[in-house]
Amino acid sequence: MIPLISLFAAFSFVVMMFNVPLPGGTTGHAVGVTVAAIVLGPSGSILAVSIALTIQALFFGDGGVTTLGANSFNMAIVGSLVAYGVYRLIAGQSEVRARRRALAAAIAGYVSINVAALFTAFELGIQPTLFHDASGVPLYAPYPLHVAIPAMMIGHLTFAGLAEAVISAGMVSYLQSSDIGLLRGIGDFAGVPTAGKSVDSVPLVRLWWIVGFMMLCTPLGILAAGTAWGEWSSADLANPTTQARIEAESGNHAPPSSVPAGLQKLSAVWTAPFPGYAPRFVKSTTFGYVLSAMFGVGLFVLGAMLTTRITRSSHKQEPRP
Amino acid sequence: MSQKSFIESTLRGFTEAFSKALISEQAASLPGLLQCFDPRVRVVGVLALAVSVVLCRKLAVIAVMMGVTILLAITSHLSIWSIARRVWLVVLGFTGLIALPAVFIIPGRRIVLLPGLHLSISAPGLRSAAMLVLRVETAATLTTALVLCTPWVHILKALRALRMPTEIVTMLAMTHRYVFLLIETANQMFESRQSRMVGKLSGRDQRMVIARTAGVLLSKSVELSHEVYLAMLSRCFDGEVRVLTDFRLRALDYLGLTGFACAAWLAIWMGR
Repeated sequence: MIPLISLFAAFSFVVMMFNVPLPGGTTGHAVGVTVAAIVLGPSGSILAVSIALTIQALFFGDGGVTTLGANSFNMAIVGSLVAYGVYRLIAGQSEVRARRRALAAAIAGYVSINVAALFTAFELGIQPTLFHDASGVPLYAPYPLHVAIPAMMIGHLTFAGLAEAVISAGMVSYLQSSDIGLLRGIGDFAGVPTAGKSVDSVPLVRLWWIVGFMMLCTPLGILAAGTAWGEWSSADLANPTTQARIEAESGNHAPPSSVPAGLQKLSAVWTAPFPGYAPRFVKSTTFGYVLSAMFGVGLFVLGAMLTTRITRSSHKQEPRP
Repeated sequence: MSQKSFIESTLRGFTEAFSKALISEQAASLPGLLQCFDPRVRVVGVLALAVSVVLCRKLAVIAVMMGVTILLAITSHLSIWSIARRVWLVVLGFTGLIALPAVFIIPGRRIVLLPGLHLSISAPGLRSAAMLVLRVETAATLTTALVLCTPWVHILKALRALRMPTEIVTMLAMTHRYVFLLIETANQMFESRQSRMVGKLSGRDQRMVIARTAGVLLSKSVELSHEVYLAMLSRCFDGEVRVLTDFRLRALDYLGLTGFACAAWLAIWMGR
């Protein structure tokens, strides 16, 4: 796994330096995250692109060390997951040599870069609200969401997204004609034999123990009295006692005297099956917390199993030569 | 855009990457202030300063930190001209462009009215833009100083000594090594393409050239990864990564670490 991820990270780094000619006579830079996600799968792609970004920040001083986490989250994690999801969705069960695959790669490239840019814009846009001095002057990124989002998206919807779409579609077309094995995916690293003990089994068992322990610890939440700041329900805002507490917790800023109409309207749209982590049929609060945790973890496990089954069945449709 | 410019600009990018790496190797061997500290002290100290600059909320304190950084660069025998070209101008061009509209759109006390443009520069806008640019300039200069004064192998060893997982350190080391190999391979592919190119290429053909070059590079990378893995197996690689760490902290290193910690703490405390 180590040489494969390393070489792919090096490849991502070099592809980022390619000037991609775009319609209209200009050029743009691609990230290469889509091809990495198609060939390596999302987990491999996340690692490879993160390593490439780390090398860029630490060795070449590009991108910044203190922003490395945000860059990796936006480009490596969000980019890889969106690219992989869109590609699988559009490519479906099509033949590996089908033109639909190249189209799927182009759309996946375009969408993933734009979703990553949207996340970046959101992270920049919320900064003036979160970090400002006493007079309201922004301390970090100075633009609110209504400025940051269009400013970020215009460049990505036109040039950057297009560059990623061009390079992804072009590479998938090339691989279809010359190295089709790579398009069948090495996401499970099947092409690389693993040495020594299994690296997956031990941490997974340990992870299950940790999940079990965390579930048993969930009743600790009962110790925290009151509602978290900003998570008030319409009932909280209508209650004078809770209103006084909200005012005290908000630096003596009084909440609205009546429940906002929008909140009241939206609060009726969805009623949670386990409101306040306490199912109605359970009398003990402690047991209610544990049961809610088990239900939540169960939903995640079910979702993961379904995703794995869907992914495996689509892999089986593409027999290796 | 001329028909060859996309190839030429890509080749220029490769050359710049090589020259950056060469400058880094040269500066690391000079007898400067940063170079005399243990690599772990350098990594921790410079990163602490960078984080303190990011946490700083006062313009004056960030400006002082910029002064300290320049002093650190000069005493480490780094060329200020080279840093100005490599960092300051690039950051000013990129971050400055992003920060420029803030000067006009952030409301507050008006200090200058631009005649004929119906635009006014506000004091809070100017302060916000200056903080953004100066903060990025300082943090980028600090990181560049660290990279220029420390060989990559030492940075990796320092990261390992600071308990970064061996797998990540190994991947960083291997990626760094193969980045240059792949750059050289891509460089040769582009040069050979350029030397054979006669006449004009349409936009579609240009895109095809780039995509195919990237495709060939991808196939070569995967092939190479298999070869490297086999080479690792032949050298008895058993899945365990062993890194030699023979750094020893001296009195001077403890002094340096205290200095970095004090400077970072002062910056955070005074800039809060």
